[in-house]
Amino acid sequence: MTLPGEFLEYPHRKRGMDQTWYDWSSMFRRPPVRWPEGARVALWVVVPLQWFPLDMAASVPFMPAGGVDEPYPDFRNYTHRDYGNRVGIFRVIKVLERLGIRATAAVNAAVCERYPRLIEEVRAHGWEFIAHGLHMGRVHHAGLDKNDEAAMVSQTVATIRRATGQVVRGWLSPGCSESLHTLDLVAAQGIEYVCDWVNDEMPYAMRTAAGTTYSMPYGYDMSDTTLIGQFHYTADEFAEQVQDQFDLLYREAATQGGRVLSLTVHPWLIGQPHRIAALERALVHVTAHAGVWAATGSEILAAFRSQ
Amino acid sequence: MALSDPDYYDYLPAIDRPKITWPNGARLALWVVPNIEFYELLPPVGPVRKPWPRVQPDILAYSHADYGNRVGVWRLMDALDRCGVRASVSLSVALCEHHPEIIEACVARKWELFSHGVYNTRYVYGMDEAQERAMIRDCLDTVSRHTGQRVAGWLGPWLSNTERSLDLLAEAGVQYTCDLFHDDQPLPVKVRSGRLISIPYSIEVNDGPAYNRFFATPRQFGDMLRAQFDQLYLEGADSGQVMCIPVHTNLSATPNRLGALAGALEYITGHDKVWVTTGAEIAAWYYANHYDEVAAFLLKQAAGRAQIARP
Repeated sequence: MTLPGEFLEYPHRKRGMDQTWYDWSSMFRRPPVRWPEGARVALWVVVPLQWFPLDMAASVPFMPAGGVDEPYPDFRNYTHRDYGNRVGIFRVIKVLERLGIRATAAVNAAVCERYPRLIEEVRAHGWEFIAHGLHMGRVHHAGLDKNDEAAMVSQTVATIRRATGQVVRGWLSPGCSESLHTLDLVAAQGIEYVCDWVNDEMPYAMRTAAGTTYSMPYGYDMSDTTLIGQFHYTADEFAEQVQDQFDLLYREAATQGGRVLSLTVHPWLIGQPHRIAALERALVHVTAHAGVWAATGSEILAAFRSQ
Repeated sequence: MALSDPDYYDYLPAIDRPKITWPNGARLALWVVPNIEFYELLPPVGPVRKPWPRVQPDILAYSHADYGNRVGVWRLMDALDRCGVRASVSLSVALCEHHPEIIEACVARKWELFSHGVYNTRYVYGMDEAQERAMIRDCLDTVSRHTGQRVAGWLGPWLSNTERSLDLLAEAGVQYTCDLFHDDQPLPVKVRSGRLISIPYSIEVNDGPAYNRFFATPRQFGDMLRAQFDQLYLEGADSGQVMCIPVHTNLSATPNRLGALAGALEYITGHDKVWVTTGAEIAAWYYANHYDEVAAFLLKQAAGRAQIARP
């Protein structure tokens, strides 16, 4: 057996990254970031509001976390995810409200169309809305035609802007999946930050064909779908991770400048009756510390860009 | 035709082999192996294994790998410095070109750099002998050109191998392989020319499988490391053992996990009779003090078997 020659050729083997979206840099060699009022840690809670279509298996190249993946018609998974929009979210809202935390809701356009009452309630709590694609069955990936993807992006952003009345500055792709064009397309729609990149714990600038956008440090690793859904941690073990994550960032921030505790919780998972108390416990631990700034994505980005 | 046994080593039961001793009567040689890797955004897709689990570009997995180089490696360096551990780096050697800043920081700490292939998105599966030989040469030359270090060790890129990988490594002058998981002590490897030993790496007390396959919590991973150490330390009173802690800069150095590793390292390095060392140093000691004796023992054992087998 012999491999084609390209397997021993390395066209991008040079200083820096093998793409031009962003420059490489060590997080520990940057100027320290200062948060408002000298806060040490910005607490950024992201709550995805998602709709997983019953027939999504036929339209996705791979399943995003939470995908409806049992044989059709998979009522068990469809309804379990939909529970989040009907019941779980209101438990999450209550916990965050008690602790004075305004979250960032990453919303599918389909949720805006299907559940306007949900949007109204989230908006009434002062949360920020960011775009989370059309729905969980419409994944952005390299197999899409660029014009089709452009239409997906513009339809998503327009629907969510109309339904929420907000500017909608942020973008989270379903499944954190992008094609080679996604960044250009979302930036062209006025998106100022994306949440699909998990290579940093701080915001950083990205280049697109439509100008600069920013990567916000999305907490994929710390999300309930990763730790509970994929790693099978108990709710208590999940809370323990959040606290441990915070404790180290809080210590580091004393000498290194402001940090971001990025926490993503899905109402269909964390909003279950037996799990919700663990979320509250973890967030009580975090917010009991002085110098914790609970903020939305746009607020954190604005503070970051102002320095 | 596929082999049913790679025939790189003979059976040698743990209860019946020459005693291994470490410097200063240590019971255990501890080496810590950070995998410092570069994953390409759009690697060529080979015939055996897709580099990325999802459709390329898989920016989620790609950026998660990149986290290790932007964030994780620096935290890990700090944690190892605190315990006085000089690491042995399993290196995607193209990182010498991509991120010389990381290489400089490794060299400043007198860490060993050994080869983990060019990229962790390029496997040896399907290479012919000339291609694999050229790839090995590329790896050794790249590290030596950028650091002056002569590469002593090898861990296949993504642990990929061909049937002839170990022969070619020995031929190129590599001293130890990490790709064999059959033992807790170094052992000679039967290669067609030159000499090669295996040094215990680990596919068990390794943060990759522990977190991503067994879904350990950080506390459970820390407990695994302590339990592994306690048992080997006990057995090390009779014959020197090796404990390797392989870690990944994008796994063990996250804020929620770093404490588990640091705590276990503090516990282990707090014991006496622990030789905190590197792969190259273990290899050098083994070649100087044990290789000949163990190789002779194995030859004698093989001759004995041949005699028994004669009709």
